[in-house]
Amino acid sequence: MSDAPTLAVESLRTHFFTKSGVVKAVDDVGFTVGAGKVLGIVGESGSGKTVTAFSIIGLVDPPGRIVGGRVLFKGEELVGAPEERLRHLRGSRIAMIFQDPMMTLNPVLRIDTQMIEAVRAHDSAVGKDEARGRARDALGRVGIPSPDERLRGYPHQFSGGMRQRVAIAIALLNKPDLVIADEPTTALDVTIQGQILYEAQKLCRETGAAMIWITHDLSVIAGLADEVCVMYAGRVVESGAVDQVLDAPLHPYTRGLIGSVPSRNARGRPLMQIPGMTPSLIDLPPGCAFRTRCARADAACAETPPMTEPLPGRKMRCFHPHLGASA
Amino acid sequence: MSAIPAGVERAGAAETPFRRFVSDFCESRVAVAALAMLALIIAVALLAPWIAPQDPYDLRQLDLLDSKMPPGSVGGGGMLHLLGTDAQGRDMLSAIMYGLRTSLAVGVGASFGAMFIGLAAGLIAAYFGGLIETVIMRTVDMQLSFPSILVALILVAGLGQGVDKIIIALMAVQWAYYARTVRGTALVERRKEYIEAARCLALGHRRVVFRHLLPNCLPPLIVVNTVLVASAISLEATLSFLGLGLPITKPSLGLLIANGFQFLLSGKYWISFFPGVALLIIIMCINLVGDQLRDVLNPRLQR
Amino acid sequence: MLVYLIRRLMQSVVVLCVMSLLVFLGVFAIGDPVQILINPLADQAEIDRATAALGLDQPLWRQYWLFLVNAARGDLGRSFVYNVPAIGLILERMPATLELAVTATFFGVILGVPLGMLAGLKPASPVGKSIMAASILGFSLPTFWVGLMLIMVFAVELGWLPSTGRGAATCSLLGLKFSLCTVDGLRHILLPALNLALFKLSLVIRLSRAGTREVVLQDYVKFARAKGLPQSRVVWLHVFKNITIPIVTVLGLELGSTIAFAVVTEWIFAWPGMGKLIIESINVLDRPVIVAYLLVIVFMFIVINLAVDVAYSVLDPRVRLSEQRA
Repeated sequence: MSDAPTLAVESLRTHFFTKSGVVKAVDDVGFTVGAGKVLGIVGESGSGKTVTAFSIIGLVDPPGRIVGGRVLFKGEELVGAPEERLRHLRGSRIAMIFQDPMMTLNPVLRIDTQMIEAVRAHDSAVGKDEARGRARDALGRVGIPSPDERLRGYPHQFSGGMRQRVAIAIALLNKPDLVIADEPTTALDVTIQGQILYEAQKLCRETGAAMIWITHDLSVIAGLADEVCVMYAGRVVESGAVDQVLDAPLHPYTRGLIGSVPSRNARGRPLMQIPGMTPSLIDLPPGCAFRTRCARADAACAETPPMTEPLPGRKMRCFHPHLGASA
Repeated sequence: MSAIPAGVERAGAAETPFRRFVSDFCESRVAVAALAMLALIIAVALLAPWIAPQDPYDLRQLDLLDSKMPPGSVGGGGMLHLLGTDAQGRDMLSAIMYGLRTSLAVGVGASFGAMFIGLAAGLIAAYFGGLIETVIMRTVDMQLSFPSILVALILVAGLGQGVDKIIIALMAVQWAYYARTVRGTALVERRKEYIEAARCLALGHRRVVFRHLLPNCLPPLIVVNTVLVASAISLEATLSFLGLGLPITKPSLGLLIANGFQFLLSGKYWISFFPGVALLIIIMCINLVGDQLRDVLNPRLQR
Repeated sequence: MLVYLIRRLMQSVVVLCVMSLLVFLGVFAIGDPVQILINPLADQAEIDRATAALGLDQPLWRQYWLFLVNAARGDLGRSFVYNVPAIGLILERMPATLELAVTATFFGVILGVPLGMLAGLKPASPVGKSIMAASILGFSLPTFWVGLMLIMVFAVELGWLPSTGRGAATCSLLGLKFSLCTVDGLRHILLPALNLALFKLSLVIRLSRAGTREVVLQDYVKFARAKGLPQSRVVWLHVFKNITIPIVTVLGLELGSTIAFAVVTEWIFAWPGMGKLIIESINVLDRPVIVAYLLVIVFMFIVINLAVDVAYSVLDPRVRLSEQRA
């Protein structure tokens, strides 16, 4: 068991059965994260990143449902696991940080209530005072000044950046083995973003937790992650070590994504852009979902490309990858 | 290249807003059934003089010997009284059909009258703002802080009895609800840029109000209207039951129920029971339709 | 906080003055009480004497002025019918009405909140749907008719519960009589309170359901679940505390309307409260009693609104009284 990665996701499928049709929000997604490693998941809005995260911790709400695949947490199957077991893992072994810090804390409960309950939900032997002590230490670790005073405050008395620190502190309270961060810095100012990134990274290093960092911002991934998965329309289209993927993207979509980021080196040259929009996921027909926006698409793309490994450690789904050409 | 957008187009092309609205509404079979029932009730009310077994107000047709007969009895004239008769020997079914006419007329009349007043007041308040708005909305606030029954009670006591009087009283009770709804929506709409743009184009007040503000206020107004028609009918029935509403010569469902009250304790339930059921069915159908309308028209619940 | 309260109280005085004028003018328009009170065969002199005795010969503004001066001294006039101070008449009957209204609200909350939350947590389930259907039914049932049916079923047919009055064996506390503390009193209050609670119950179910449905979609509920909290704590703390704010607000404001709607219930069940008195007074045009009733109600509304605002700020930390708009 000890050699099992912290998290292994295998051909996970989460579909939403809505009135207008089936939305395949996550369709055959797989990746692994080892202890102390950071996996970045990149993709546009609606590419299935967040649903993937919720699928892992078993919090997909109806009409959504995991319809296939495996989620192995340290070798233990989580898909179909009893709710009580999942509840026990959530918040103690697997923690999650949400996107919008303004919304993640309950507005009518004090910070201490929300932190203490997180400790005591998993270890009822811990007394209130001890739990409060842990909460205070956790707030101190994420750089919140005078934590004792802040504990008695309500969320609305905190700024966005502060609230996200509190959320991170709550996530790390029980020293989880896996932290899933769902675009935790998107809603924040750039300078605060940097601080939060730094804090999260430092804390994971210190505790040796594995981390999944979901974002649409490639530059964040470049500075933070060890490996990266690029998602498009519910599928992983490319994955591999961060440096390799960013330096020599294989999939046309990854290439487009990298090209869309303005950079200093490319000033003056027109920005590359991906034409069109992400397709509607409702009753998406088979085939490569990117083919309608892809310059390289041809008749072959009407079939769903399989995941291949053209280079060691580099996986992708494309019939016409950018092999041999560097970005 | 063509396969994927096709799905999007299929969903988008045939759907005009109205068709979408109709198909959304029909999603709830209960609401459709309620709407059908409502149509039937309105038809019965309109056609009462032709389809009712008896004209309950033509005293020559009444026979005191037939009074307080239980449902299903056959009266002296050989007439079958499906729902029984009241203390004057009136056929309850006929009385209910005629009562429906009065109740519906009063409820719908009052509510629509109130809607026009409230609409005008709300739009004026939202569009012009300033002192006009303060005066209108303060009045609305003050009136709404008192329960409708209390305001109605005092007004009816002051105005006296009669169909026109009670309609006026109900309108006075209800206009404030409309005004508040309209002003709320119009205010949100007014802050949007297109209204600013329309004003910059120096479009006249009337045009901005009628072409831009008004259409946006309609969806919430329709929802509020269904609820308020039901509440007007119910309020009128309550007032009539308390003896403060319609005169005996024009009995609505409320008055029919009141007439049966004194006989209830002696076990003659049908005089109060059946008019109450009729009242319940109308109000419930309107509420069901209103509920579905609200769900369909509420953008926050859009799926 | 103190500044806020003082400001609110001053506003309340203004509202009270405006309402007193409106009420006075409104009630003045109601018929001529002398016509009803006096023997129809009385001659003109007798009518004049009665009119003068009631103070009705004075010009309207003077009557209002006298009324205000007296009101400031706590004298709202004498009932034409009972010939006792109107305010006393009202206050004497107020406890019965309050008892009924509070009991009804209690029924509404105790039954409505759990049912509404259940319906909100499982909106698509048969249970959720039936609860909603019942609440629509409750909204549509005309209160007075339900009262009649309750009497018919429980008092006439089954003979389980009495249908009129408060019961003989009411106990008294601080000089006020209460029905709640004796078995007979409880039997008497059950039907009217249920009748009055019906509408409230439907309202509470709807509010709780709507609130629950909205709150469970919030990120903080998902975050609470992601913290690994047991479902019961998520529901009874995180969801419940967020939905109580609108419920308390509405119920507080509704307490006034419950008292007003008690008019109908009291009339049907012959409950000796203010509501029954006002209907009787309207029928005999007992102006001082009508005016006194309305002013007492206005006063109660002002107090209730203030109390709701205070409760609101206690429940919702985001709203602090000092930050509130005037």
